[in-house]
Amino acid sequence: MTDLTELGIADIRSGVAAGTFTAVEVAEAFNAAVAAAQPALNAFIVTTPEAALAAARKVDTARAAGQPLGKLAGVPIGMKDLFATKGVQTTAASRILEGFTPEYESTVSQNLWNAGAGMLGKLNLDQFAMGSSNETSAFGNVISPWRRPGDTAPLAPGGSSGGSSAAIAARLCPAATGTDTGGSIRQPAAFTGIAGIKPTYGRCSRWGVVAFASSLDQAGPMARSVQDCAIMLEAMAGFDPKDSTSLNLPVPAWEAGLNPSMAGKKVGIPREYRLDGMDPDVARSWDDGIAWLKDAGAEIVEISLPHTRYALPTYYIIAPAEASSNLARYDGVRYGLRDLPDGAGLQDMYAATRAAGFGPEVKRRIMIGTYVLSAGFYDAYYTQAQKVRTLIARDFELAFQHCDVILAPTAPTAAFALGEKSDDPLAMYLNDVFSVPASLAGLPAMSVPAGLDRQGLPLGLQVIGRAFDEQGVLNAGLALEQRAGFTAKPAKWW
Amino acid sequence: MTNSAYRIQGATGEWEVVIGLEVHAQVVSKSKLFSGASATFGAEPNAQVSLVDAAMPGMLPVPNMECIRQAVRTGLAIDAQINAWSRFDRKNYFYADLPQGYQISQLYHPLVGEGHIDISLDDKNPEAAVKRIGIERIHVEQDAGKLMHDQHPTMSYVDLNRSGVALMEIVSRPDMRSPAEAGAYLRKLRAILRYVGSCDGNMEEGSMRADVNVSVRKPGEPFGTRTETKNVNSVRFVMQAIEHEASRQVDVLESGGKVVQETRLFDPDTGTTRSMRSKEDAHDYRYFPDPDLLPLVLEASFIEACRASLPELPDAKRQRYETALGLTPYVAGVLTAEVETARWFEALLAETATKQGKGEEAVAKQAANWLTSELFGALNRLGRSLEDSPVSPAQAAELLALVADGTISGTIAKQVFEKMLETGDGAAAIVEREGLKQESDTGAIEAVVAKVLADNADKVEQYKAGKEALFGFFVGQTMKAMQGKANPQVVNDLLKQALG
Amino acid sequence: MSVDTATVTKIASLARIKVSEAEVAAMVPELNGILAWVEQLGEVDVTGVEPMTAVIPNTLRLREDAVTDGGIRDAVLANAPAAEHGFFGVPKVIE
Ligand SMILES: [Mg+2]
Ligand SMILES: [Zn+2]
Repeated sequence: MTDLTELGIADIRSGVAAGTFTAVEVAEAFNAAVAAAQPALNAFIVTTPEAALAAARKVDTARAAGQPLGKLAGVPIGMKDLFATKGVQTTAASRILEGFTPEYESTVSQNLWNAGAGMLGKLNLDQFAMGSSNETSAFGNVISPWRRPGDTAPLAPGGSSGGSSAAIAARLCPAATGTDTGGSIRQPAAFTGIAGIKPTYGRCSRWGVVAFASSLDQAGPMARSVQDCAIMLEAMAGFDPKDSTSLNLPVPAWEAGLNPSMAGKKVGIPREYRLDGMDPDVARSWDDGIAWLKDAGAEIVEISLPHTRYALPTYYIIAPAEASSNLARYDGVRYGLRDLPDGAGLQDMYAATRAAGFGPEVKRRIMIGTYVLSAGFYDAYYTQAQKVRTLIARDFELAFQHCDVILAPTAPTAAFALGEKSDDPLAMYLNDVFSVPASLAGLPAMSVPAGLDRQGLPLGLQVIGRAFDEQGVLNAGLALEQRAGFTAKPAKWW
Repeated sequence: MTNSAYRIQGATGEWEVVIGLEVHAQVVSKSKLFSGASATFGAEPNAQVSLVDAAMPGMLPVPNMECIRQAVRTGLAIDAQINAWSRFDRKNYFYADLPQGYQISQLYHPLVGEGHIDISLDDKNPEAAVKRIGIERIHVEQDAGKLMHDQHPTMSYVDLNRSGVALMEIVSRPDMRSPAEAGAYLRKLRAILRYVGSCDGNMEEGSMRADVNVSVRKPGEPFGTRTETKNVNSVRFVMQAIEHEASRQVDVLESGGKVVQETRLFDPDTGTTRSMRSKEDAHDYRYFPDPDLLPLVLEASFIEACRASLPELPDAKRQRYETALGLTPYVAGVLTAEVETARWFEALLAETATKQGKGEEAVAKQAANWLTSELFGALNRLGRSLEDSPVSPAQAAELLALVADGTISGTIAKQVFEKMLETGDGAAAIVEREGLKQESDTGAIEAVVAKVLADNADKVEQYKAGKEALFGFFVGQTMKAMQGKANPQVVNDLLKQALG
Repeated sequence: MSVDTATVTKIASLARIKVSEAEVAAMVPELNGILAWVEQLGEVDVTGVEPMTAVIPNTLRLREDAVTDGGIRDAVLANAPAAEHGFFGVPKVIE
């Protein structure tokens, strides 16, 4: 019998539908993999094997009764612990929410359960999704299943959706939810040799997702193939009247629309992404990508995104500013941690609670955000950043007059070792240099595995599309995937 | 109220007081500004709280169209600029009544821009002394929750029922110069809001509260430093707070001190204000556009529909009562000051005109005088308001019709009205039952007149000798003998005839 | 613009994060590093450029005025560190 944990969404779905195996068998296989890997990889904050089984039983019962099955029937998935799950602790990987058990279910997770998926557990992440390596989690690092050959140094799974990327790469789940504020789906996908797509801002409801930076946060799927991403995104996305930034548009049939031919399509190569001192493996992989898309029939055009170099500083004003306000609600009054020193008044309680509950990176960003919004600095920082953001979005608009999708690396390097960058926030921030611009412009963007670097670690290629054109992004991703033929997987050491 | 300016006499001379008001008016709506929880007053603690109002992680605001509509209607009612493009900002501060850690409000692009309200400084002649008070803006924002401090020895309790209820903040220019002007402004604003129906104006329940900005200066000099006294919840208290705060500032300045720009609290028990320690360091609000909410763009058709839905407003109504109905400025002012009075009056007017088969202008004075004297007098005695008047406009119109067609006299009408209040019965039924119908039958009255004159032959002599003042005596005797039911005109005519 | 110890202390107080002197001392150079880096935005010519308001062309959707929520006090209080008699409890506030 096949190892069920090697299967992706499409295969599980068809196997369950055909009766090749049952949904319960699938859930059991993944539950076992999760339990076995948890001590070594720490990909989950809580595991919910019973929830996975319960969902699987429902699917098996429905199938036995001849009822129609959902898009994700029998597929157990991991849920990033940024999505509120009713009755299951939801922490955003922060002490300040330890023990918080929502009385509600996020729209995205509910959509997935409605499609027949089951929950294996809540996946670890960077605290409040702030980080690129999972080192800011209050519940310990996620360890990447990947290692450099002959080296046991633990590597970063990327962040913030590092629990998701590690779990998928390690075959602990066929797919998982991610959220992307400045690259948090794409960068961890690239680091672990999997695929992930951040849809157009507004495609997936933000209702019930712990907010980091509201104008940037978007949920999306992470999985091992482009097709699986398309299937899962279809289930996650959709108009939600409870989110007033939600797009009131029908969800396209992305899976049915998958087409790897790039004939008649123009692929833009942004000049400004070719940085001085670029990692040669990353540069080579980008060239591979260009060749593959040409092979798929695309015309390659050089484009310019002149404000690219300002994207990161813009992001590191806007995201902390929004975060400083979004995280004000964690005050020890209504839920989560309360630190009440002897004789403390209300304001002392706030300060003590937030000091004890937030990790250093979260505090750093709250401080930056508070400062840039404070009296006298607002225009110089925040207003200026929002104007530059307009220019960055305009760059993309103009570029898309000359091309249909943009091809770029996902991250400037392959995965780095844990601890390598954690002392230098700026070095860490630079990891998002290729992913942040699309986030600032709200555009759909995906990362697909492109190959291995000289150390044997995965590299990703990024496709950025026009607003609402997830199909174009998925199709280019599929063309790359077919030609990259990426089959590498981490050798099992855990 | 006078034309002579309000001045505080200090040791160093006269001081002028400068007042601006920020009025928070609760928008009339079923649900809250950004959540579907009920906005009604007086529920059990935390019973009207959604996950959004409690700022649970991942909860998002979705604005209520009715609140926007009501704010636009209010703006149109004060002749204000309506901004078709506006947006919501966050005002960030930490307090236990503010679950999000920020209030969603509007700083940079408010929904309503500049407008104005005309206030009258003389009740007796509302047209004679009008002053225009500028309104800087109206913005829409969330109310905070409520803290209770007296339920537990070491804890304050938090009730979030009000958290997220829609408010309009109506910000005046610093155009007022006396407590009386501030009082007139508040009363007028309240009347307009109630006419429009955008706020119930119920100050006891907190649906209208004023932040009172006060500064003092020597006349002609630039504005002084102001203080803001928060959440004052009656017209009288606002006037008291201004009086106290202005003289406190004069004392501070005259003793060589400086007024500190600060937030103060009004104590209704002592009529004084004091510094509010808890808000001292909250002044850097770090306003920025709420990233959960896109810009609010209003279609011209939406604004026009708001305009079309406005009722006749108090000033227009008062002028119409004067010109079309011929009422005095004073009576017109009284009838239009409160929307309930105007509504009641107009119902009475319509019923009265129908019952008497006349035009409204022909019966307006009768109806207005009866309402302002008889009905108001009775309600005053009974301690009731017009909304729960024991007599309806239709019942009142029936009474007035009986007077108009001569069935009863004005004197008898007062008795009938008393009986109506006591029993709730209709005027005609009471007149019938109690036999109060006026006697106009000449024969019957002639007989009584003859008897009165015969019984008072001496007085008849004196009258005929020139003491004409006695005519009233004969009238009185005749009426008395007829238990007040004789038609006074007929009595007069017959007496004159009989006395030659 | 750069921050000093006093500014960092003030910002921490505005953000309601209790910080020790040692933490402040560590934060000063860190924040200055980040601020100096983001300040390169100042060199961008933004004449005539509107600040971003909606990243994807979309305007605010309004909902109908209906009571569709509330009446869930138990759910609202379920995670409260201190809930009594239907209220949230906080240390006594002096106004
Ligand atoms: Mg105010
Ligand atoms: Zn306000």
